[in-house]
Amino acid sequence: MSQLSTRHLLGIKDLTEEDIQLILSTASDFKEVINRPIKKVPSLRDITIANVFFENSTRTKLSFELAEKRLSADVVNFSSSNSSVKKGESLVDTVNNILSMKVDMVVMRHSSPGAPHFLSRNVDANIVNAGDGTHEHPTQALLDSFSIQEKLGDVAGKKVAIIGDILHSRVALSNIFCLQKLGAEVMVCGPITLLPKYVESLGVKVELDVNKALEWCDVANVLRIQLERQQIKYFPSMREYSLYYGIDKAMLDALDKEIVVMHPGPINRGVELNSDVADSDQSIILNQVENGVAVRMAVLYLLAGAKN
Amino acid sequence: MQKRLVLDQEEIDIILKRFCHQLIENHDDFENTVLLGLQPRGPIFLDKIVEKLKEVSGVQVDSGYLDATFHRDDFRRRDFPLKANETKIDFLIEGKKVILVDDVLYKGRSVRAAMDAMIAFGRPQKVELLILVDRKLTRDYPIMPDYFGIRVNTLDSQYVNVEWKDKGFEKDAIWITEKVAE
Repeated sequence: MSQLSTRHLLGIKDLTEEDIQLILSTASDFKEVINRPIKKVPSLRDITIANVFFENSTRTKLSFELAEKRLSADVVNFSSSNSSVKKGESLVDTVNNILSMKVDMVVMRHSSPGAPHFLSRNVDANIVNAGDGTHEHPTQALLDSFSIQEKLGDVAGKKVAIIGDILHSRVALSNIFCLQKLGAEVMVCGPITLLPKYVESLGVKVELDVNKALEWCDVANVLRIQLERQQIKYFPSMREYSLYYGIDKAMLDALDKEIVVMHPGPINRGVELNSDVADSDQSIILNQVENGVAVRMAVLYLLAGAKN
Repeated sequence: MQKRLVLDQEEIDIILKRFCHQLIENHDDFENTVLLGLQPRGPIFLDKIVEKLKEVSGVQVDSGYLDATFHRDDFRRRDFPLKANETKIDFLIEGKKVILVDDVLYKGRSVRAAMDAMIAFGRPQKVELLILVDRKLTRDYPIMPDYFGIRVNTLDSQYVNVEWKDKGFEKDAIWITEKVAE
């Protein structure tokens, strides 16, 4: 069966394990495509996709746009900084206006959790969540799992530690859902103030000591401190955070095994990761970026392919 | 279910040998020629030709598998998207003579898609089509094979089944069967 159980990608929570496996296996087909001399296929040539970004993005927006263009879709871009949103237009009105121009799919990033869910109930197009506030970032979790699978052969049975600002991270939540559905063990690690109060109820291990987390895991997925989402001080200073939670090569070398280091970007070098780790052979950060295009192509292909 | 044998193992063997001699005649030592099997069923037949060519002439010809799923013209016209198969081409086809290989030629749509997919790997000097069973009355596109094993008159209400011994069947055989009415 090559059909997703949903016509939108709102979050990993709504997907079944079969959906995730289908996306990952389709992504590996597209990875082959994007390594051809001519990297473009005509599958989505009669589809128009709107990238609607109400929040800043570099990597995700570029990656989606490249995925759309590699699939031959027509692409329109919208960002809130130079749009009528500034003039007081509501979300549904903005998107309905875009859809009136015969757009088939909407890729949306929004600072409010649940915004894409709201949209999916009110408009006809397929919606892809490109990050909604502190809630979910499904394509990032899918590309992280794809990268782990590519590097280690399988996700099931692997131990993955998510280290950093868990409280404000949509990447963390989507990753927890995705990794667990694929059979991995998940640990979260960070200062107690940056861990959600009930995070254990998601079935993850909690660790406050980064060295213990590194000893335990096969893969360390290191997250950025999201200062832009922090209304109050959660730790005394960046220097102190870096001192207690920053990862350097000496810490990796002290382990009796070679772990894989990931980061969804953008990296704050010298804060959560030192350059000697980010640029080391153990880091698959740039593979994640490449895989992001393949995974997003798979998502768009599978969502657009169902007969409406 | 009505079932009619079109080719048996012995006839398929004869056709395979004939293909080899025709290919050697036209492509000499295959220095500038590559063979591409069209997924999903072309590669099985392609491997047999490559093996037989080696047996007959001692030449190991470059070959690969080509999947055209993302180039098909029925995307969004099916209930759900098709799952792709492996594309395995370890060489560029720029300036090469390419022989596309498939077991059955039916509507011609897969071959059209395959030619579209193929040019992602370069601009070939020449392209030929080699088919085991040519269903001559059911074409949607103006596509004809350069080499064919057998040409059969079939209707849309019929299937052509290709059975290979190394895929678990008793013998190599080609059958025409009637589709069961829904």
